[in-house]
Amino acid sequence: MSGAFTITRGTRVSRILAVGAFAALAALACAPLWAQASSLNLLTQIFAYVALATMWNLLAGFSGLVSVGQQAYVGIGGYALFALTIVGGLHPLVALVAAGVIGGLIAIPVAGLLFRLRGAYFAIGSWVVAEVFRLLASQISSLGGGSGTSLPARIVTGMADGRQAREFMIYWTGLALVMVVLGLTILLLRSRWGLALRAIHHNELAARSNGVEVTRIKLLVYVVAGFGTAMAGALIFLQKLRISPDAAFSVNDWTAFVIFMAVIGGVGRIEGPIIGAILFFFLRQALSDLGSVYLMMLGLVAIVIMLRAPRGVAGWVADRFGFEPVPLERRLASSKPNIESKPESAHV
Amino acid sequence: MAPILQLDSISKRFGAVVVADGLDLMVPQGEALGVIGPNGAGKTSLFGMITGTLPQDGGRVLFAGEDLAGLSPAMRCRRGVARSFQVPQPFGGMSVFENLLVAAEFGRADRSGDLTTACAEILERCGLINQANRPAGSLTLLQRKRLELARALASRPQLLLLDEVAGGLTEEECHALVGLVRDVKETGVTIIWIEHIVHALVAVVDRLVVLHGGAFIADGEPREVIRRPQVMEIYMGIPADA
Repeated sequence: MSGAFTITRGTRVSRILAVGAFAALAALACAPLWAQASSLNLLTQIFAYVALATMWNLLAGFSGLVSVGQQAYVGIGGYALFALTIVGGLHPLVALVAAGVIGGLIAIPVAGLLFRLRGAYFAIGSWVVAEVFRLLASQISSLGGGSGTSLPARIVTGMADGRQAREFMIYWTGLALVMVVLGLTILLLRSRWGLALRAIHHNELAARSNGVEVTRIKLLVYVVAGFGTAMAGALIFLQKLRISPDAAFSVNDWTAFVIFMAVIGGVGRIEGPIIGAILFFFLRQALSDLGSVYLMMLGLVAIVIMLRAPRGVAGWVADRFGFEPVPLERRLASSKPNIESKPESAHV
Repeated sequence: MAPILQLDSISKRFGAVVVADGLDLMVPQGEALGVIGPNGAGKTSLFGMITGTLPQDGGRVLFAGEDLAGLSPAMRCRRGVARSFQVPQPFGGMSVFENLLVAAEFGRADRSGDLTTACAEILERCGLINQANRPAGSLTLLQRKRLELARALASRPQLLLLDEVAGGLTEEECHALVGLVRDVKETGVTIIWIEHIVHALVAVVDRLVVLHGGAFIADGEPREVIRRPQVMEIYMGIPADA
């Protein structure tokens, strides 16, 4: 009887969608051939936001760590990029990866502090930590202190030959970043750690009693989120070419908008932040002429979605059509016919 | 034989309520021990202190000779201590199979071998194989009780703590479950079983202790213990002179 049982995960829909995702990826990789510079610029911003929202979703949606302080890592990533290129003399792309590593390393002691807090206290604590980092950044006089600094021309021009090559390079870096962040998230969630995260989500007491080291797994997630968020921050400020403490550690830009995307897209679903980020940019482009009314419209959209589709657009689609683009569930398959195999089942 | 579990003057109180008043207990390897006692006697708290979810105020818990002080519930599970909960605690949105897989992946000290097949075989033994891919939250009470037992077994425990697995079941369901526990006992697993359904308990356990007010007031052969007047008075509510 041994070997009669195996695990299956994919569904027909998920395999079709995987093919679609690769086609979209190929089209995006070729975008410099068909898109204007302004479109590439916009796409890169979307990539950065998809990365940020995916990381926030990994924390809040999958691990119960509702942080409103992820701007700390955006700022750390941005400042690390500027410091490593201006002071350290590294190539911006090397500095971007190094910025991610720095973000991940800083996340370890920060977690030691924040993990003493739970729920709402954790959320507020994470914001306080981000403010501390903002104040620290304004003390770095070699990077312009409180008023910030620009990336020197020699670094910008030294990145690639010519303006167009530089724009392409930043675009492809953004695409690579979002692939790394999404790939890392999917791998993590489909690994045994992902199984543990789902167990913790559904019943923390039972998870502890069945051998799951809850704190250790949450720490792993927090460090991964610090890594991904800091790399996204580095990309954002590589694109902006200018950094200041207020811009780098903005709770509005790097957390409020990010939470908006994750919530309207679907918290706790991998495709949620992607859909949310696209919707956000669509709304921003469509409503940008309206001035401050635009923010009220965003608020209205958020309220309507939270009332009408509390699991976000992706959750609504999944509930309505039984649609699972990235299945996390492990299904027991047997050569024997007696296992019921209706895919009606589990939510993440 | 060396005891697999030893409680060395364990004490615990919640305010004025004493749930463990210097408890001493030796459980030899392979024994099935029944625990009875009125509500609030400290039975479930005892399990909490053995598994590490409830820190004791004083005393030591020794498992296979090792003091468990400072070990998290997860570490104790990997040492070989598994429990079922009185109120079933499934991972509701996950499938029955995945519930077991969590325990197999994280609760075992050694996770070599084919965990998928190991979990599937436990599901077959516990009569849940047909529900393997159903969400655990959709199970009936009997199935949930079986799942508690199955998940505890998936971590391959040396010591299995059962907290009222037969409670709330019909006579027939109870009978089936007793058979299941007896099968587990046959495999050499040490069992401590808290149960209000005394006849189910007596059918399986080698020894019975009675917990009352945080102290063991009786300890011995099950059929003999339940006939002691003191036990009948405290536990059954029957006055000793009736």
